[in-house]
Amino acid sequence: MIMSIVHRVTGMALYAGTLLLVWWLVAAASGPTAYARVQAFTGSFIGRLIVLGYTWALMHHLLSGIRHFIWDLGYGFKPNERETLTWAALIGGISLTVLLWIVAYAIGGGR
Amino acid sequence: MSYSGSQGPARASTSMRTPLGRVRFLGAAHSGTTDFWRQRLTAVAMTLLMIPGIVVVMMVLGRNQAGAAQVLGSPWVALILILFIVASTWHMKIGMQVVIEDYVHNEKLKLASIMANNFFSFAVALAAIYAIIKLSSGV
Repeated sequence: MIMSIVHRVTGMALYAGTLLLVWWLVAAASGPTAYARVQAFTGSFIGRLIVLGYTWALMHHLLSGIRHFIWDLGYGFKPNERETLTWAALIGGISLTVLLWIVAYAIGGGR
Repeated sequence: MSYSGSQGPARASTSMRTPLGRVRFLGAAHSGTTDFWRQRLTAVAMTLLMIPGIVVVMMVLGRNQAGAAQVLGSPWVALILILFIVASTWHMKIGMQVVIEDYVHNEKLKLASIMANNFFSFAVALAAIYAIIKLSSGV
């Protein structure tokens, strides 16, 4: 029940987060000064927190969406299956977020 | 008494259409599931594009503008990004409209919100695609 609203809330967050995506792409197309401004923001504490939140929202929405797919196809409606899918989305979303950030820092994105 | 002519009363009793609707040949517009279908179509598209998309972002991390522009403007990367942007902005437009229709009950406010949602989603899509095409053409 609560997890159903989380799918929506992460969707809304991703909706707003596209502004960051557009800012990043337009800045890259604009030039070094504009791009440095984006990097200064994403490198700041609050910026990094927002990008971390965006990563989690994306990963959770992805897995939660796959869960909806399974239901659309007519599977996973038994109580224990529903529980498993919901927990898989929750734990999987957090795990993928941590994994992506470890990879990002490992390849030098943290500089 | 039957409204469906030669088909007989048995058929008429199972029809969901009103007598007036049947006379005027008005039925379903057959577009009732369009948004439902497109929401799932774009979701599958993004699921498939997720790994290439993540690879692209990882490739750009830590680079300065010149380096980022080089990566983002290369043909395969640009194509992956454009596909992802089309799918995601379409998906988010439908998703937000569902949320608006669920929670905004004032008719005028609802129409204004749906309009704003369309404008926002379209503007985001176009701005991103414009930026990628500009990066690709190296101007």
